[in-house]
Amino acid sequence: MKLIQRTIVFMSLALLVALSVWAFIFYVNMIDEVHDSIDDGLDNSKLLIIHEASSDSTVLSKSNFDEGNYAIRKIAEHHALKHYDQYKDTLMYMENEDDLEPVRLLTTVFEAKENEFYQLKVISSMVEEDDLIEDLFYSLLWLYLILIVTILVINTLVLRSMWKPFFNYLNRLSQFKLGKNEYVQPIQSKTAEFQILNKVVTDVLESNIRSFHNQKQLIENASHELQTPLAIALNKLQLLAENETLSEEVVKEIFQTIETLERLTRLNKSLLLLSKIENKQFLNEENVDFNELTEKVLDDFRDQIEFKELTVNVSSEGKLIANMNTELAHILFSNLLKNAIRHNSKKGKMEILLTDSTLQISNSGIEKALDLQNLFQRFHKESNDKSSTGLGLAIVKSIVDLSGYRITYNYTLGIHQFMIQFN
Amino acid sequence: MKILVVEDEPEMLESIERVLKQENALVETATNLNDALDKALIYEYDCILLDINLPDGSGLELLQELKKQNKSDGVLILSARNSLDDKLEGLNLGADDYLTKPFHFSELIARVRSIVRRKKFDGNALLEIGNILVDVTNQAITIRNEPVTLNRKEFAILMYLISNKGRLVSKTALAEHVWGDNIDESDNFEFIYSQIKNLRKKMNDLDSGIEIQSIYGVGYKLIES
Repeated sequence: MKLIQRTIVFMSLALLVALSVWAFIFYVNMIDEVHDSIDDGLDNSKLLIIHEASSDSTVLSKSNFDEGNYAIRKIAEHHALKHYDQYKDTLMYMENEDDLEPVRLLTTVFEAKENEFYQLKVISSMVEEDDLIEDLFYSLLWLYLILIVTILVINTLVLRSMWKPFFNYLNRLSQFKLGKNEYVQPIQSKTAEFQILNKVVTDVLESNIRSFHNQKQLIENASHELQTPLAIALNKLQLLAENETLSEEVVKEIFQTIETLERLTRLNKSLLLLSKIENKQFLNEENVDFNELTEKVLDDFRDQIEFKELTVNVSSEGKLIANMNTELAHILFSNLLKNAIRHNSKKGKMEILLTDSTLQISNSGIEKALDLQNLFQRFHKESNDKSSTGLGLAIVKSIVDLSGYRITYNYTLGIHQFMIQFN
Repeated sequence: MKILVVEDEPEMLESIERVLKQENALVETATNLNDALDKALIYEYDCILLDINLPDGSGLELLQELKKQNKSDGVLILSARNSLDDKLEGLNLGADDYLTKPFHFSELIARVRSIVRRKKFDGNALLEIGNILVDVTNQAITIRNEPVTLNRKEFAILMYLISNKGRLVSKTALAEHVWGDNIDESDNFEFIYSQIKNLRKKMNDLDSGIEIQSIYGVGYKLIES
């Protein structure tokens, strides 16, 4: 839920409670005040009537309200002595409304002559409580709605102006990608909280960027540092193997060790290459002619292709020129071709198709699709071939990604196909 | 063959020195840039093996100094950095070749010999071994004055084995030299065998006076028979 929506929901609920409580108190107080005022009027009428009764005895015989606002009737003394003034709300038939309407009724007693007691009832018409509540309710409803709209407007304006730097900052932050961006333009505001946010986010980002660089650098440095000890070990073993007094068995063992170290060297070189690609250290891009490259790389592998007795079919349906680093283009093509040869069956097929914007390399091989999920992952191996580093396709993928191209894998009926789209 | 080895890693230096001495080279060593400059500027070498990362500077400075002094010693850069930029910079500064560590000694020897040949004979070297005469520049050989046709790969293999005469050359080293760095090793270089077989046949048929021995399935050795 957005900030503005949350504010509105929260304010609406809070106002609903506050206004309800306020309405109740207001109503009670108002009714109290109304009663007070009417009762004062009734009291005044009572005094006037009693005063009039003392001079005009016909008043005493007015036993019904009729057109007047009072009624008098004689009562016994013992009743009268027990009596005290009583105010109460009651209903009475009103001619104009043709209905029973609420009235305020004062019941009192007075002594007109010696030992002659009369009971006096005085009425005054009252506000209708249900009408009052209804009016109050609608007024409150309007107040409530106006308040909500006001809050909405104020909030929107406040959010627009005061939170603007925040939202802009949020926008910039959401576009930040580790490894791609180095910096997020700080928030432009003098608000203390925003300044703090700025500092906190900047600190977190900087430490992340730093560790990202360190990590990338680590692989590269480690690979470099490994080269020399590997070289020493390999060269010493080579010298050792030259010793003519050694038995065949020992020489073979030494060469197995050399092969293992050579595998380690290849692994190391591949890792170094991978981190150099990802660290964008291959800068010079030029137009690479893939039709030409195909001929060149195929020639490099000619003996292996012949040894495996593969049928190679190259179709150039277009001129494929891609803007990328020449060295990387060569590595990309070689790795794909190497795979197509290595995983091919003896006397198998290989097909290279070039169009204006795509390169397809297909080969026969095992009758099962490769695991697409992990195909391009580092150190993922489909076969348990010891000499495979498991980095070939990872390198292909990072070259393709670096250049902004797309690679897909497809399997149909024993044919494995890799396709690169260069647009 | 007089060679200066500039390398700061003592064990590496020792191995290189040993292998070059086996090839009857006169070897001098330097473990830092200063020593290397002292030696290189006073004496003449057929080849200088130059490490780039030295404790007191870059080996490339030596190249610049040699250029300034108009010295034409052959220089083979040995670097742990397999970077095209480093390679191009070294070659632009007048180095003859560039070899990345780790390397096969057979590769080192082949490259050193090739540099020395170029420097000494201005490239017009005629190499004699057994009854074979190799015209390195034109990549042609004659056996007892009979021209023999070798394909590009056969010639490369033969040259490599001749450079490493009497040494055990591993299949990997041979494959990497002839087929390039990015050949695939999964077939255990069995495809080399057919080329070797052809080469052997041609050598034997024409009484070349050399023999290409297979050593325990791990590599080959060329000897004069």
